[in-house]
Amino acid sequence: MKAVLRSRLTPLLALALVMALVPMIAPTSFHLRVAALVWIFALAALGLTILMGYAGQVSLGHAGFLGIGAYAVAIGPARLGLDPILCLVLGAVLAGLVAYGVGRPILKLKGYYLAIATLGFGVIVALVLHSETELTGGPDGMAVSRITLFGWRVTGALNWYWVSAGALLVGALLALNIAASPTGRALRALHDSEVAAAGAGIDVSAKKLAAFVVAAVYAAVAGGLLAAMNGLITPEAASFSHSVELVAMVIIGGLGSVFGTVLGAAFLVVLPQTLTAFQEYEQAVLGLLIMVFMIFLPQGIVPSLRALIEERLP
Amino acid sequence: MSPAKAPLLDVSGIGISFGGLRAVDEVSFRVNAGEVFSIIGPNGAGKTTLFNLVTGIYRPSRGAVRLDGADITAVAPHLRVRSGMARTFQNLQIFFRMSAVENVMVGCALSERTSFLADLLGLPSVFRQNRVTREKALALLERVGLAALADAPAGALPYGALKRLEIARALAADPKILLLDEPAAGCNAVETEAIDHLIAAVAKGGVAVVLIEHDMKLVMKISDRVLVLAQGRPLAEGAPRAVRQNPQVIAAYLGDIGSREADRAHG
Repeated sequence: MKAVLRSRLTPLLALALVMALVPMIAPTSFHLRVAALVWIFALAALGLTILMGYAGQVSLGHAGFLGIGAYAVAIGPARLGLDPILCLVLGAVLAGLVAYGVGRPILKLKGYYLAIATLGFGVIVALVLHSETELTGGPDGMAVSRITLFGWRVTGALNWYWVSAGALLVGALLALNIAASPTGRALRALHDSEVAAAGAGIDVSAKKLAAFVVAAVYAAVAGGLLAAMNGLITPEAASFSHSVELVAMVIIGGLGSVFGTVLGAAFLVVLPQTLTAFQEYEQAVLGLLIMVFMIFLPQGIVPSLRALIEERLP
Repeated sequence: MSPAKAPLLDVSGIGISFGGLRAVDEVSFRVNAGEVFSIIGPNGAGKTTLFNLVTGIYRPSRGAVRLDGADITAVAPHLRVRSGMARTFQNLQIFFRMSAVENVMVGCALSERTSFLADLLGLPSVFRQNRVTREKALALLERVGLAALADAPAGALPYGALKRLEIARALAADPKILLLDEPAAGCNAVETEAIDHLIAAVAKGGVAVVLIEHDMKLVMKISDRVLVLAQGRPLAEGAPRAVRQNPQVIAAYLGDIGSREADRAHG
């Protein structure tokens, strides 16, 4: 039982099972769309799981990368006549390059300073998307053309459900691969002690930068999918509150846990939909619920529950 | 040890100042392969600072460090490991969220041969590498007497075990020279003896050991040579017996600090 709880493939199988079950019980296409949003935001948050959960580096500007990916899929086809799928890839590459350029100087910073520097980056991206009206449509956003996958036009809630679920499964597999590899060990090591990691011959700055770039690519792919699914994108996608939400997903689910990140994303995407009954108190109730979760499951949902179960097992 | 052979580690005229205070000043020493070289001195003498200068955590303002004849004064810490220098830390630097064996596996990082892309894609080579690394780490844990605790979370290990875990992790880099910063601090007599045997075995295997230690019994027993630091400067260097009888050393240890302690004892 303990071996099952610790196996690399357990979260992946659990995730695939949930993905297969949801369409059977989802009553309307609205519910499927919400589920697809969960998969997409979970994909973005998974990048942060690698950066924050494994390597212990905080990013408060990660929605900036999501925005880059989203607007690549919006701007490429509309302004340059490029294929949307190509733009999804280009957006991911661009986000990776930007992360490399931005990350090199700022990853020298630690703790609060890194958080503030990444926050600044996110604010800049949101500002550019707001003000470059000719390119981005400004605050009103812009329409995004449909994606065609090998001649198959991806439309409808169910199709998007499967595309986003597939993307998340691939993302989860890669994140789990990293965790179980020498790179993952190096990231977790520098999380606990940078000086000891360097003492073991690990190039700490290079590893942090790699985690930052990977996290940016995750967010950009998620952003591209979000834009294509919604058919509309606004600078809101890159907003600070989105960055904070991504961080909250990672922490609520359990820092460093892949399945936990998906749960955290589900929590923060689904809950606001069900809390609309509270009307203007919606945000307050959401905040309260997050506080309650963190008080009773301080390590996040998955690690706390796993510890509870392992305690009760012989 | 042939005297004609160049020393493995050659520290010459090294020094650093912090805000006008010369924490380490004009210190030179040489260490040969297979030798146990101890650095002792009163608290605040600059021993750990000297370690940090030798391992590259601080950049010296004067002097040079040579390893195997190559000048490594300006080489980054993580690259010094490649040239064969590994260390432990006075204040434990354990990866507390990892298991004991994983801590040592991190120490094997330099011998691991997988690319970032292979790691990301989870290629079979990664799992082969993991198995090889784990076996090497388990063998090292066996060597320091922690095999039974291999899969325990490092955070749950007792202090003495963590000290040995750090040594196992440092040995995982297959160093030519091993720098140990107070490996026996906080250890009981049994644990100290285990560390004593371990250091002797490591040195016998041809590794140079540089040791900072307060346990004088341990130092006098296992050291080939001893360097005494006081206020950042070398006070004496030589065989343990000679150093112990050096009047200046006695003054530094007893005359200065000792007399003050004696005063306090007499009220």
